[in-house]
Amino acid sequence: MFEISRLTGWLHELLSSWMPEWLTTTVECVLIGAALLVLYALLALFYIYFERRVCAFFQCRLGPNRVGPMGLLQSFADMFKILIKEIISLKNIDRFLFALAPYLVIIASVMAFAVLPWGKGLQVIDFNIGIFFLVAVSSIGVLGILLAGWSSNNKFTLIGAMRSGAQMVSYELSIGLSVLTMVALAGTMSVTGIVEAQTDLWFIFKGHLPAVIAFIIYMIAGTAETNRGPFDLPEAESELTAGYHTEYSGLHFGYFYLAEYLNLFIVSGVAALLFFGGWAPLHIPGWEGFNGVMDWIPSWLWFVGKAVALSFVIIWFKWTFPRLRIDNLLALEWKYLLPINLFNLVLMVVVIVYGLHF
Amino acid sequence: MALLTIQSTTLAVTALLTGATLVFAGLLVAKLMSPRSFNPQKGEPYECGIPTRGESMAQFRVGYYLYAILFLMFDVETVFLYPWAVNARQWADQFGPSSVTAVAVFFAILVLGLAYAWRKGALKWE
Repeated sequence: MFEISRLTGWLHELLSSWMPEWLTTTVECVLIGAALLVLYALLALFYIYFERRVCAFFQCRLGPNRVGPMGLLQSFADMFKILIKEIISLKNIDRFLFALAPYLVIIASVMAFAVLPWGKGLQVIDFNIGIFFLVAVSSIGVLGILLAGWSSNNKFTLIGAMRSGAQMVSYELSIGLSVLTMVALAGTMSVTGIVEAQTDLWFIFKGHLPAVIAFIIYMIAGTAETNRGPFDLPEAESELTAGYHTEYSGLHFGYFYLAEYLNLFIVSGVAALLFFGGWAPLHIPGWEGFNGVMDWIPSWLWFVGKAVALSFVIIWFKWTFPRLRIDNLLALEWKYLLPINLFNLVLMVVVIVYGLHF
Repeated sequence: MALLTIQSTTLAVTALLTGATLVFAGLLVAKLMSPRSFNPQKGEPYECGIPTRGESMAQFRVGYYLYAILFLMFDVETVFLYPWAVNARQWADQFGPSSVTAVAVFFAILVLGLAYAWRKGALKWE
Protein backbone atom coordinates (compact mmCIF):
# COMPACT_ATOMS: atom_id res chain seq x y z
CA MET A 1 0.00 0.00 0.00
CA PHE A 2 1.08 3.59 -0.56
CA GLU A 3 2.97 5.09 2.36
CA ILE A 4 3.13 8.85 2.73
CA SER A 5 6.50 8.53 4.47
CA ARG A 6 8.04 7.52 1.12
CA LEU A 7 6.91 10.79 -0.41
CA THR A 8 8.12 12.90 2.50
CA GLY A 9 11.40 10.98 2.67
CA TRP A 10 11.96 11.58 -1.03
CA LEU A 11 11.17 15.27 -0.59
CA HIS A 12 13.55 15.53 2.35
CA GLU A 13 16.39 13.95 0.34
CA LEU A 14 15.69 16.17 -2.64
CA LEU A 15 15.79 19.32 -0.52
CA SER A 16 18.74 18.38 1.67
CA SER A 17 20.88 17.41 -1.34
CA TRP A 18 21.46 21.04 -2.33
CA MET A 19 20.38 23.06 0.72
CA PRO A 20 21.92 23.64 4.13
CA GLU A 21 20.11 21.94 6.97
CA TRP A 22 18.43 25.01 8.45
CA LEU A 23 17.01 25.98 5.06
CA THR A 24 15.68 22.46 4.49
CA THR A 25 13.91 22.59 7.84
CA THR A 26 12.47 26.01 7.06
CA VAL A 27 11.17 24.94 3.66
CA GLU A 28 9.67 21.79 5.13
CA CYS A 29 8.01 23.79 7.88
CA VAL A 30 6.52 26.17 5.33
CA LEU A 31 5.23 23.21 3.32
CA ILE A 32 3.73 21.63 6.43
CA GLY A 33 2.13 24.94 7.33
CA ALA A 34 0.63 25.25 3.85
CA ALA A 35 -0.69 21.69 4.00
CA LEU A 36 -2.23 22.37 7.40
CA LEU A 37 -3.84 25.54 6.12
CA VAL A 38 -5.37 23.84 3.09
CA LEU A 39 -6.63 20.91 5.14
CA TYR A 40 -8.01 23.24 7.79
CA ALA A 41 -9.88 25.40 5.30
CA LEU A 42 -11.22 22.48 3.28
CA LEU A 43 -12.40 20.66 6.38
CA ALA A 44 -14.11 23.76 7.72
CA LEU A 45 -15.92 24.26 4.41
CA PHE A 46 -16.95 20.62 4.35
CA TYR A 47 -18.18 20.82 7.94
CA ILE A 48 -20.28 23.90 7.32
CA TYR A 49 -21.93 22.15 4.39
CA PHE A 50 -22.26 18.92 6.36
CA GLU A 51 -23.92 20.54 9.33
CA ARG A 52 -26.35 22.59 7.21
CA ARG A 53 -27.31 19.55 5.21
CA VAL A 54 -27.72 17.26 8.23
CA CYS A 55 -29.71 19.88 10.13
CA ALA A 56 -31.94 20.29 7.12
CA PHE A 57 -32.61 16.58 6.93
CA PHE A 58 -33.44 16.48 10.61
CA GLN A 59 -36.02 19.17 10.01
CA CYS A 60 -37.43 17.58 6.82
CA ARG A 61 -35.94 20.30 4.64
CA LEU A 62 -33.52 19.97 1.76
CA GLY A 63 -30.83 22.38 2.88
CA PRO A 64 -28.35 23.89 0.42
CA ASN A 65 -28.86 22.11 -2.90
CA ARG A 66 -28.49 24.69 -5.67
CA VAL A 67 -24.81 25.62 -5.91
CA GLY A 68 -22.91 22.76 -7.49
CA PRO A 69 -23.90 19.09 -7.35
CA MET A 70 -26.06 18.54 -4.23
CA GLY A 71 -25.08 22.00 -3.01
CA LEU A 72 -21.48 20.96 -2.45
CA LEU A 73 -20.11 24.30 -3.62
CA GLN A 74 -22.36 26.30 -1.32
CA SER A 75 -19.71 26.83 1.34
CA PHE A 76 -17.16 27.96 -1.27
CA ALA A 77 -19.67 30.55 -2.44
CA ASP A 78 -20.24 31.58 1.16
CA MET A 79 -16.52 31.90 1.73
CA PHE A 80 -16.17 34.32 -1.19
CA LYS A 81 -19.20 36.20 -0.05
CA ILE A 82 -17.81 36.68 3.45
CA LEU A 83 -14.52 37.92 1.97
CA ILE A 84 -16.23 40.85 0.28
CA LYS A 85 -18.29 41.83 3.30
CA GLU A 86 -17.38 45.07 4.99
CA ILE A 87 -15.50 44.87 8.29
CA ILE A 88 -17.27 47.56 10.27
CA SER A 89 -15.07 49.66 12.53
CA LEU A 90 -16.76 50.39 15.82
CA LYS A 91 -16.59 53.20 18.32
CA ASN A 92 -15.56 52.77 21.95
CA ILE A 93 -14.13 49.30 21.61
CA ASP A 94 -10.81 48.09 22.96
CA ARG A 95 -9.16 47.91 19.55
CA PHE A 96 -6.15 45.81 20.45
CA LEU A 97 -8.06 43.12 22.31
CA PHE A 98 -10.81 43.17 19.70
CA ALA A 99 -8.26 42.40 16.98
CA LEU A 100 -6.38 39.88 19.14
CA ALA A 101 -9.39 37.68 19.95
CA PRO A 102 -9.76 35.91 16.56
CA TYR A 103 -6.02 35.20 16.54
CA LEU A 104 -6.23 33.36 19.85
CA VAL A 105 -9.28 31.36 18.80
CA ILE A 106 -7.80 30.32 15.46
CA ILE A 107 -4.29 29.61 16.80
CA ALA A 108 -5.72 27.38 19.53
CA SER A 109 -7.68 25.33 17.04
CA VAL A 110 -4.86 25.11 14.45
CA MET A 111 -2.41 23.89 17.08
CA ALA A 112 -4.83 21.30 18.38
CA PHE A 113 -5.59 20.32 14.79
CA ALA A 114 -1.91 19.66 14.11
CA VAL A 115 -1.69 17.07 16.88
CA LEU A 116 -4.41 14.79 15.47
CA PRO A 117 -3.21 11.53 13.95
CA TRP A 118 -4.47 11.51 10.38
CA GLY A 119 -3.14 8.12 9.48
CA LYS A 120 -0.23 5.79 9.89
CA GLY A 121 2.76 8.14 10.08
CA LEU A 122 0.56 11.02 8.97
CA GLN A 123 0.82 13.34 11.89
CA VAL A 124 2.32 16.79 12.14
CA ILE A 125 3.21 17.27 15.81
CA ASP A 126 4.12 14.15 17.70
CA PHE A 127 5.09 15.09 21.24
CA ASN A 128 5.61 12.43 23.85
CA ILE A 129 3.01 14.40 25.84
CA GLY A 130 0.79 14.72 22.73
CA ILE A 131 -2.67 14.39 24.25
CA PHE A 132 -1.78 16.64 27.16
CA PHE A 133 -0.48 19.27 24.74
CA LEU A 134 -3.75 19.01 22.84
CA VAL A 135 -5.85 19.59 25.95
CA ALA A 136 -3.57 22.48 26.92
CA VAL A 137 -3.62 24.38 23.63
CA SER A 138 -7.30 23.87 22.98
CA SER A 139 -8.04 25.72 26.22
CA ILE A 140 -6.38 28.88 24.86
CA GLY A 141 -9.52 29.33 22.78
CA VAL A 142 -11.57 30.33 25.80
CA LEU A 143 -9.27 33.32 26.32
CA GLY A 144 -10.07 34.53 22.83
CA ILE A 145 -13.79 34.21 23.51
CA LEU A 146 -13.54 36.13 26.78
CA LEU A 147 -11.50 38.88 25.12
CA ALA A 148 -13.95 39.08 22.23
CA GLY A 149 -16.87 39.52 24.58
CA TRP A 150 -15.20 42.02 26.84
CA SER A 151 -13.57 44.22 24.22
CA SER A 152 -16.67 44.66 22.06
CA ASN A 153 -18.24 47.04 24.56
CA ASN A 154 -21.69 45.52 24.23
CA LYS A 155 -23.87 43.96 26.89
CA PHE A 156 -24.89 40.97 24.80
CA THR A 157 -21.31 40.06 24.09
CA LEU A 158 -20.29 40.48 27.71
CA ILE A 159 -23.01 38.14 28.96
CA GLY A 160 -22.30 35.70 26.15
CA ALA A 161 -18.58 35.68 26.89
CA MET A 162 -19.09 35.18 30.62
CA ARG A 163 -21.46 32.29 30.06
CA SER A 164 -19.13 30.80 27.52
CA GLY A 165 -16.14 31.20 29.81
CA ALA A 166 -17.87 29.58 32.78
CA GLN A 167 -19.18 26.77 30.60
CA MET A 168 -15.94 26.04 28.79
CA VAL A 169 -13.72 26.04 31.86
CA SER A 170 -16.17 23.85 33.77
CA TYR A 171 -16.51 21.26 31.06
CA GLU A 172 -12.80 21.29 30.41
CA LEU A 173 -12.46 19.61 33.76
CA SER A 174 -14.56 16.70 32.55
CA ILE A 175 -12.57 16.50 29.33
CA GLY A 176 -9.33 16.52 31.30
CA LEU A 177 -10.51 13.80 33.65
CA SER A 178 -11.86 11.48 30.97
CA VAL A 179 -8.64 11.94 29.00
CA LEU A 180 -6.79 11.13 32.21
CA THR A 181 -8.82 7.95 32.62
CA MET A 182 -7.85 6.82 29.14
CA VAL A 183 -4.22 7.82 29.63
CA ALA A 184 -4.15 5.59 32.71
CA LEU A 185 -5.34 2.72 30.54
CA ALA A 186 -2.95 3.50 27.69
CA GLY A 187 0.08 4.11 29.90
CA THR A 188 1.35 6.81 27.56
CA MET A 189 0.45 10.35 26.54
CA SER A 190 1.98 10.20 23.09
CA VAL A 191 -0.68 10.19 20.39
CA THR A 192 1.18 7.58 18.35
CA GLY A 193 1.57 5.42 21.44
CA ILE A 194 -2.13 5.64 22.22
CA VAL A 195 -3.08 4.63 18.69
CA GLU A 196 -0.56 1.82 18.53
CA ALA A 197 -1.87 0.39 21.81
CA GLN A 198 -5.23 0.02 20.08
CA THR A 199 -4.21 -1.76 16.90
CA ASP A 200 -5.33 -5.11 18.31
CA LEU A 201 -8.51 -3.85 19.99
CA TRP A 202 -9.98 -0.39 20.50
CA PHE A 203 -9.90 1.14 23.98
CA ILE A 204 -13.66 1.30 24.26
CA PHE A 205 -13.65 -2.50 24.13
CA LYS A 206 -10.43 -2.95 26.08
CA GLY A 207 -11.52 -0.77 28.96
CA HIS A 208 -15.17 -1.93 28.79
CA LEU A 209 -17.26 -0.25 31.56
CA PRO A 210 -14.98 2.63 32.66
CA ALA A 211 -14.08 3.37 29.05
CA VAL A 212 -17.72 3.54 28.03
CA ILE A 213 -18.53 5.88 30.93
CA ALA A 214 -15.52 8.03 30.04
CA PHE A 215 -16.68 8.12 26.42
CA ILE A 216 -20.19 9.26 27.32
CA ILE A 217 -18.82 11.96 29.63
CA TYR A 218 -16.32 13.01 26.98
CA MET A 219 -19.03 13.38 24.36
CA ILE A 220 -21.21 15.51 26.67
CA ALA A 221 -18.29 17.66 27.73
CA GLY A 222 -17.05 17.94 24.16
CA THR A 223 -20.42 19.19 22.99
CA ALA A 224 -20.33 21.81 25.74
CA GLU A 225 -16.74 22.69 24.94
CA THR A 226 -17.64 23.54 21.34
CA ASN A 227 -20.62 25.65 22.51
CA ARG A 228 -23.00 23.52 20.52
CA GLY A 229 -26.17 21.62 20.73
CA PRO A 230 -28.08 21.81 23.99
CA PHE A 231 -25.20 23.82 25.48
CA ASP A 232 -25.31 26.77 23.09
CA LEU A 233 -26.24 29.36 25.70
CA PRO A 234 -23.28 31.62 24.91
CA GLU A 235 -24.95 32.39 21.61
CA ALA A 236 -28.54 31.67 22.48
CA GLU A 237 -29.93 33.62 19.55
CA SER A 238 -33.28 34.30 21.12
CA GLU A 239 -31.66 35.95 24.16
CA LEU A 240 -28.27 37.30 23.13
CA THR A 241 -28.51 37.81 19.33
CA ALA A 242 -25.18 36.06 18.69
CA GLY A 243 -23.38 35.99 22.02
CA TYR A 244 -19.72 36.88 22.18
CA HIS A 245 -19.28 37.57 18.46
CA THR A 246 -22.25 39.90 18.03
CA GLU A 247 -20.03 42.86 17.18
CA TYR A 248 -17.77 41.07 14.72
CA SER A 249 -18.53 41.52 11.07
CA GLY A 250 -17.33 40.12 7.77
CA LEU A 251 -14.32 37.87 7.87
CA HIS A 252 -13.65 38.78 11.49
CA PHE A 253 -16.83 36.93 12.36
CA GLY A 254 -15.91 34.25 9.84
CA TYR A 255 -12.93 33.23 11.95
CA PHE A 256 -15.06 32.51 14.98
CA TYR A 257 -17.36 30.49 12.79
CA LEU A 258 -14.42 28.62 11.27
CA ALA A 259 -12.90 27.84 14.66
CA GLU A 260 -16.23 26.59 15.95
CA TYR A 261 -16.54 24.03 13.18
CA LEU A 262 -12.93 23.00 13.45
CA ASN A 263 -13.33 22.53 17.17
CA LEU A 264 -16.21 20.21 16.40
CA PHE A 265 -13.85 18.17 14.25
CA ILE A 266 -11.08 18.29 16.86
CA VAL A 267 -13.37 17.14 19.66
CA SER A 268 -14.67 14.24 17.61
CA GLY A 269 -11.16 13.49 16.36
CA VAL A 270 -9.90 13.23 19.93
CA ALA A 271 -12.84 11.01 20.83
CA ALA A 272 -11.96 8.81 17.87
CA LEU A 273 -8.34 8.78 18.98
CA LEU A 274 -8.98 7.92 22.62
CA PHE A 275 -11.84 5.49 22.35
CA PHE A 276 -12.02 4.21 18.77
CA GLY A 277 -8.38 3.74 17.96
CA GLY A 278 -7.54 6.82 15.88
CA TRP A 279 -6.42 5.47 12.52
CA ALA A 280 -6.31 1.88 13.78
CA PRO A 281 -8.70 -0.35 11.82
CA LEU A 282 -11.35 -2.40 13.58
CA HIS A 283 -9.63 -5.57 14.71
CA ILE A 284 -11.17 -8.43 16.62
CA PRO A 285 -8.65 -10.86 18.12
CA GLY A 286 -8.96 -14.24 16.53
CA TRP A 287 -10.86 -13.16 13.43
CA GLU A 288 -7.91 -13.27 11.03
CA GLY A 289 -9.91 -12.94 7.81
CA PHE A 290 -11.97 -10.06 9.11
CA ASN A 291 -8.86 -8.24 10.33
CA GLY A 292 -7.22 -8.73 6.97
CA VAL A 293 -10.16 -7.17 5.16
CA MET A 294 -10.20 -4.23 7.59
CA ASP A 295 -6.50 -3.63 6.97
CA TRP A 296 -7.29 -2.94 3.32
CA ILE A 297 -9.14 0.25 4.17
CA PRO A 298 -6.55 3.06 4.29
CA SER A 299 -5.75 4.41 7.74
CA TRP A 300 -6.61 8.04 6.98
CA LEU A 301 -10.06 6.93 5.85
CA TRP A 302 -10.55 5.19 9.19
CA PHE A 303 -9.64 8.32 11.10
CA VAL A 304 -11.71 10.75 9.04
CA GLY A 305 -14.61 8.32 8.95
CA LYS A 306 -14.67 7.92 12.73
CA ALA A 307 -14.31 11.64 13.33
CA VAL A 308 -17.12 12.54 10.92
CA ALA A 309 -19.37 9.85 12.36
CA LEU A 310 -18.83 11.21 15.88
CA SER A 311 -19.45 14.76 14.66
CA PHE A 312 -22.71 13.52 13.24
CA VAL A 313 -23.64 12.32 16.73
CA ILE A 314 -22.82 15.76 18.17
CA ILE A 315 -24.92 17.46 15.51
CA TRP A 316 -27.67 15.01 16.31
CA PHE A 317 -27.59 16.11 19.99
CA LYS A 318 -28.44 19.63 18.88
CA TRP A 319 -31.76 18.57 17.40
CA THR A 320 -32.65 16.15 20.16
CA PHE A 321 -32.24 18.05 23.41
CA PRO A 322 -33.66 21.45 24.38
CA ARG A 323 -31.27 24.17 25.47
CA LEU A 324 -30.25 24.17 29.14
CA ARG A 325 -30.41 27.07 31.55
CA ILE A 326 -27.08 28.38 32.87
CA ASP A 327 -27.60 27.11 36.44
CA ASN A 328 -28.69 23.69 35.16
CA LEU A 329 -25.71 23.63 32.92
CA LEU A 330 -23.23 24.30 35.70
CA ALA A 331 -25.04 21.93 38.06
CA LEU A 332 -24.84 19.18 35.43
CA GLU A 333 -21.10 19.56 35.28
CA TRP A 334 -20.23 20.08 38.94
CA LYS A 335 -22.83 17.94 40.65
CA TYR A 336 -23.16 15.08 38.20
CA LEU A 337 -20.40 14.75 35.63
CA LEU A 338 -17.50 15.61 37.93
CA PRO A 339 -18.38 13.14 40.73
CA ILE A 340 -19.20 10.43 38.17
CA ASN A 341 -15.91 11.15 36.48
CA LEU A 342 -13.94 10.89 39.71
CA PHE A 343 -15.68 7.64 40.54
CA ASN A 344 -14.96 6.40 37.03
CA LEU A 345 -11.28 7.12 37.53
CA VAL A 346 -11.30 4.92 40.65
CA LEU A 347 -13.08 2.22 38.65
CA MET A 348 -10.44 2.44 35.95
CA VAL A 349 -7.68 2.14 38.53
CA VAL A 350 -9.32 -0.99 39.92
CA VAL A 351 -9.57 -2.40 36.40
CA ILE A 352 -5.90 -1.67 35.76
CA VAL A 353 -4.56 -2.91 39.08
CA TYR A 354 -6.42 -6.22 38.95
CA GLY A 355 -5.84 -6.65 35.22
CA LEU A 356 -9.53 -6.78 34.35
CA HIS A 357 -9.05 -5.11 30.97
CA PHE A 358 -8.72 -7.07 27.75
CA MET B 1 6.30 8.71 13.98
CA ALA B 2 5.95 12.18 12.61
CA LEU B 3 5.92 13.19 8.98
CA LEU B 4 9.49 14.40 8.84
CA THR B 5 12.41 14.34 11.20
CA ILE B 6 11.80 17.81 12.61
CA GLN B 7 11.64 18.52 16.31
CA SER B 8 8.11 18.66 17.67
CA THR B 9 8.70 22.05 19.24
CA THR B 10 9.59 23.51 15.85
CA LEU B 11 6.43 21.99 14.43
CA ALA B 12 4.33 23.42 17.25
CA VAL B 13 5.72 26.87 16.47
CA THR B 14 4.97 26.21 12.79
CA ALA B 15 1.35 25.44 13.66
CA LEU B 16 1.15 28.61 15.76
CA LEU B 17 2.52 30.74 12.91
CA THR B 18 0.18 28.99 10.47
CA GLY B 19 -2.79 30.05 12.54
CA ALA B 20 -1.54 33.61 12.84
CA THR B 21 -0.88 33.73 9.09
CA LEU B 22 -4.35 32.46 8.32
CA VAL B 23 -5.98 35.25 10.30
CA PHE B 24 -3.57 37.96 9.18
CA ALA B 25 -3.59 37.12 5.47
CA GLY B 26 -7.33 36.58 5.41
CA LEU B 27 -8.03 39.92 7.04
CA LEU B 28 -5.61 41.63 4.65
CA VAL B 29 -7.40 40.18 1.63
CA ALA B 30 -10.77 41.07 3.13
CA LYS B 31 -9.64 44.65 3.77
CA LEU B 32 -8.54 44.99 0.15
CA MET B 33 -11.68 43.45 -1.32
CA SER B 34 -14.42 44.66 0.97
CA PRO B 35 -16.29 47.91 0.46
CA ARG B 36 -16.00 50.65 3.03
CA SER B 37 -18.52 53.26 3.97
CA PHE B 38 -18.69 55.52 6.94
CA ASN B 39 -21.77 56.36 8.92
CA PRO B 40 -21.76 57.48 12.56
CA GLN B 41 -24.62 55.09 13.30
CA LYS B 42 -22.55 52.12 12.21
CA GLY B 43 -20.09 52.43 15.06
CA GLU B 44 -22.79 52.11 17.71
CA PRO B 45 -23.02 48.89 19.75
CA TYR B 46 -25.46 46.42 18.24
CA GLU B 47 -28.64 46.56 20.26
CA CYS B 48 -32.30 46.99 19.58
CA GLY B 49 -31.98 50.24 17.67
CA ILE B 50 -32.10 52.91 20.35
CA PRO B 51 -28.82 54.24 21.80
CA THR B 52 -27.37 52.01 24.48
CA ARG B 53 -27.75 53.13 28.09
CA GLY B 54 -24.99 53.25 30.64
CA GLU B 55 -21.66 51.51 30.73
CA SER B 56 -21.38 48.34 28.65
CA MET B 57 -18.24 46.97 30.24
CA ALA B 58 -20.32 46.63 33.35
CA GLN B 59 -20.25 44.45 36.42
CA PHE B 60 -21.25 40.84 35.96
CA ARG B 61 -22.30 38.40 38.56
CA VAL B 62 -19.74 37.03 40.93
CA GLY B 63 -20.87 33.44 40.35
CA TYR B 64 -18.82 33.19 37.16
CA TYR B 65 -15.74 34.21 39.08
CA LEU B 66 -16.38 31.59 41.73
CA TYR B 67 -16.60 28.83 39.14
CA ALA B 68 -13.40 30.07 37.54
CA ILE B 69 -11.57 29.79 40.88
CA LEU B 70 -12.98 26.30 41.47
CA PHE B 71 -11.95 25.31 37.97
CA LEU B 72 -8.43 26.52 38.60
CA MET B 73 -8.06 24.35 41.69
CA PHE B 74 -9.45 21.20 40.15
CA ASP B 75 -7.66 21.64 36.87
CA VAL B 76 -4.29 21.99 38.56
CA GLU B 77 -5.03 18.88 40.60
CA THR B 78 -5.93 17.01 37.41
CA VAL B 79 -2.64 18.12 35.90
CA PHE B 80 -0.82 16.68 38.91
CA LEU B 81 -2.53 13.34 38.28
CA TYR B 82 -1.27 13.05 34.69
CA PRO B 83 2.30 11.94 35.51
CA TRP B 84 0.87 9.24 37.74
CA ALA B 85 -1.60 8.12 35.06
CA VAL B 86 1.20 7.51 32.57
CA ASN B 87 2.95 5.18 34.99
CA ALA B 88 -0.14 3.63 36.57
CA ARG B 89 -0.17 0.45 34.50
CA GLN B 90 3.52 -0.21 34.77
CA TRP B 91 3.50 0.27 38.53
CA ALA B 92 0.44 -1.90 38.92
CA ASP B 93 2.28 -4.69 37.10
CA GLN B 94 5.37 -4.20 39.24
CA PHE B 95 4.03 -3.59 42.73
CA GLY B 96 0.44 -4.80 42.61
CA PRO B 97 -2.46 -3.10 44.40
CA SER B 98 -0.21 -1.33 46.90
CA SER B 99 1.11 0.91 44.12
CA VAL B 100 -1.97 3.13 44.30
CA THR B 101 -1.88 4.01 48.03
CA ALA B 102 0.02 7.28 47.54
CA VAL B 103 -2.21 8.51 44.75
CA ALA B 104 -5.29 7.37 46.66
CA VAL B 105 -4.42 9.81 49.45
CA PHE B 106 -3.98 12.64 46.98
CA PHE B 107 -7.21 11.69 45.25
CA ALA B 108 -9.09 11.59 48.56
CA ILE B 109 -7.97 15.16 49.26
CA LEU B 110 -9.26 16.18 45.82
CA VAL B 111 -12.65 14.59 46.49
CA LEU B 112 -12.78 16.19 49.94
CA GLY B 113 -12.11 19.54 48.29
CA LEU B 114 -15.10 19.07 46.02
CA ALA B 115 -17.26 17.93 48.95
CA TYR B 116 -16.17 20.99 50.93
CA ALA B 117 -16.98 23.40 48.10
CA TRP B 118 -20.34 21.70 47.61
CA ARG B 119 -21.15 21.86 51.31
CA LYS B 120 -20.16 25.52 51.52
CA GLY B 121 -22.62 26.29 48.73
CA ALA B 122 -20.04 27.32 46.15
CA LEU B 123 -21.82 25.22 43.54
CA LYS B 124 -25.14 26.89 44.10
CA TRP B 125 -26.29 29.41 41.52
CA GLU B 126 -28.73 31.92 42.90
